[in-house]
This record gives sequence, structure tokens and C-alpha cells, in this order.
Amino acid sequence: MVPFAGYDMPVQYEGIIAEHLACRNGAALFDVSHMGQAEFLDAQAFEKLVPGDIIGLKPGRQRYTLLVNEAGGIIDDLMVANLGDRFQLVLNASRKEIDLAHLAAHGVRVTALPNRALLALQGPRAAELLDEAAGLTFMAATEIEVSGIACVVTRSGYTGEDGFEIGCAADAAEKLAETLLARGAVPAGLGARDSLRLEAGLCLYGNDIDETTNPIAANLAFAIGKRRKLDWDFLGGDLVRLASENEPLKKLVGIRIEGRAPARAGTAIRAAGETAWPIGRVTSGTFAPTLNAPIALGYVRSDFAAAGTPLDLIVRDRAIPGTVTNLPFIPHHYVR
Amino acid sequence: MPDKLYTHDHEWLQIGEDGLATIGITDHAQNALGDIVFVELPEPGRSIAKGDGCAVVESVKAASDIYAPLSGTVAENNPAIVEEPALINKDPESSGWFFKLRLDDPTAIGGLMSKADYDKFVETL
Repeated sequence: MVPFAGYDMPVQYEGIIAEHLACRNGAALFDVSHMGQAEFLDAQAFEKLVPGDIIGLKPGRQRYTLLVNEAGGIIDDLMVANLGDRFQLVLNASRKEIDLAHLAAHGVRVTALPNRALLALQGPRAAELLDEAAGLTFMAATEIEVSGIACVVTRSGYTGEDGFEIGCAADAAEKLAETLLARGAVPAGLGARDSLRLEAGLCLYGNDIDETTNPIAANLAFAIGKRRKLDWDFLGGDLVRLASENEPLKKLVGIRIEGRAPARAGTAIRAAGETAWPIGRVTSGTFAPTLNAPIALGYVRSDFAAAGTPLDLIVRDRAIPGTVTNLPFIPHHYVR
Repeated sequence: MPDKLYTHDHEWLQIGEDGLATIGITDHAQNALGDIVFVELPEPGRSIAKGDGCAVVESVKAASDIYAPLSGTVAENNPAIVEEPALINKDPESSGWFFKLRLDDPTAIGGLMSKADYDKFVETL
């Protein structure tokens, strides 16, 4: 167990690699109840703070979006689901208080849901284990009962695999978890969650994106709705537009690294064979269990961001060769 | 073979009659580190002082330095754990050894613990 964003969180149960592979090959269950949950009614008011098309989000659908500040930096990345009679938010644990204060300060009426738990069931067998929700497609959202427990289920996750995120009342969470474990899911901790999301090329708030990162440099332009690009009428929109119309100074890229030594967050990146000033820095790095090789996400100067560009990563004062690689590192397996 | 000795940094060492100390990490240490995926060992001939960082172990979650429990010159390292780092998880206190050190002073073992004392120490953590 480790402290994380004010919670005691399990890093691992059986072992990170075993849990990671269980998710890639079967079904893993993560307790992600530390994530913030909240709901709101007014899509119009909410849209003024995010680049996503929320007014156009149909009932039963979920969308990934960003809270952006005046400077075009990312306050948080989050999920918004239209549940028909209300919209539901899933926020990063470390950012939820900041998000809620930001929303309130800009006149968006949001109700925090501190007594909701959230479980993530992820992997190719997830739909078999949660057949109540097998009819959903990727990024669909619905309210159903699982073993008599009222749940908000979305077909989404943070692993690159098919799967579900399942919200329920906190006092029902233990029973829900036991139900899913009894159906064959393997418990998995924060360690596997991190290695899975990194292989899937998904950003971690605080590592890969923060209030100084603009969505364009972070490859998150896809989160800007088509309609929103017509008038850019959201907080920070003028600066996000400016970033989108110019080549960013630096870009977030995936890097495959030779050998077996992981290059952790903070590792300096240099042009291959050069001893000059670094041209970038690793923001997330680990050993990828599926690839059996180290991988990293990091920002590099834009002229070094093309796939195939050779780089040196400076690990313990030694240059280790790496190559810019298209993301994700392993293909996503979403059911669309 | 003589009994193993242990450090507060979760290393074990076993000093042979030839004055060579075989050094590795304890079962408690491998368990705390989790799945080990990479190890960097000191080259034979390198002279190291007690307390120096002389090897690195990387698990999926983090990197950890291994400190020299005593001063000496590296006589040999274990290529098997470089080839298969998971061997450290499987068999930390035998075939998962790290390196052998020719000790500057084989009698300078003050501060090292017996197995029983180390086990008591681990219980207090």
C-alpha cells in the first residue's frame, strides 16, 4: 500500500507484471474510487470551460475532455457522460478539489459525489464477465443493475483494452468488487494501471500534462470538438487556437528504448550522438511488460518528434539509444 | 559455508574462507521491489568503498541503488541475473547473487547482523 492523492492505494497484489498481463490477456479489476465523481445539468455553462462538444454529446454517450485555464494550459483531463437527465464527470483524484473550485468560480453548478465508488474492469474478457453491459459500445454510458447493485457503467478505461468503468454507491462497492472477482477478474493495483496506460500511450495528469501544457503539444487536439474549432469560445480557447495554428515548440512523443533499463520521469533526452544541451525530457517511463522492453513518454523539440528519429536518453550519466515511436505502443482494443 | 550476514539496507553477504564475500539482496528486499526487470553490476577489478552505490536494480515501479556493505575489490559479477533479472525475485539468497568482493579487511564486519537479528529488524519495519 502507498499513499496516493490522499488515499492509501495498493501498488500491487500478485505482482505488477502478472496483473498487467492478466489485463492484456483476461480481465483485471482496479479499484479507482479515488477518482473524483461529480454531476451537473447545464451543458452550455460547462462547455465554456472545455474544448469538447458537450451540447452535442448524445444521451448514453461519454466523451474525454479537458478543463483548460486562461493560458490554454490543462487544469485536468476528465470524462463526461450524458446520462440522459444529467451529466456525470470523472476527475483525477489529485485534481478534483481544484476542478470543482474552478467550475464553481466560473458559475458552473456542479454537485460533488464523494460517496460514489468506481471500479474498472479491463481486458479482453471484461464483456464476458459483465454481460449485463456487453451491449454497450466504446464510450457508451448507461445505468444498470449488477447483482442488484445500481451502477453507472461506461465502456471505457485507461488500459487500451476493452472494458468498463463501473460507478456505484461506496457502501455497495465491496459487494460489487467481490461479485466481479468471483466471475473471474484478477485484482490489479496502481502499478499495473500505470504500465498499462503507458503502453496504451495515454497521458497521466501531473506527469505528461499539467497547467503549463497546452493540448496541442500533448497530442490532445482530438479532444477539441469540430464545432468548437469554429469559434474557440471556451476559456483559454484563443491560446489553444494559436497553438493549433503554429508548430508547437515541443511535442509529446512515445520512445522505445534499447536494452532493459527503464528511463524514468525526468530523464534528459539528447539528439542521438550529441553531447549538447538536452532537446527534451521524459515525463513517464517504465518497463513495458507486454513488449518486454522499456518505453517512455516525453516532450522533445518539434524537429525531433517524427517517428523513427533516433534519440539518446541519459540514464545514470550514460547515453542509452532510443527511437521516437508512433503511439500507442500497443494497439488499442476498443469495441466500437 | 559460513553463515550469512545482513545489512540494514537489506543486503546479505557470505564471506568464504578465501576472503571473498558473495553479496546479494534479501528475500524481503526483492519482495518490496517487486518484479525486477533490469540490473546493473560493478565490473570486476573495480574498487569500492563501504556505503558506495555500486549496483542498480530496476523493478517495473522504481530504481533502487545497492550499497557496498564492506570495502573491497570486485572479483566477479553474476551474468545470470543480468540475463534474467527475474532470477533475483525467484532465488534472491542463492543463485540470484549480485557480485563477489575481495574484502580489504575480512574481519571488519562490525554493524552487520546475523540472520536472527535481521529477521527481528524486518519485523520492526
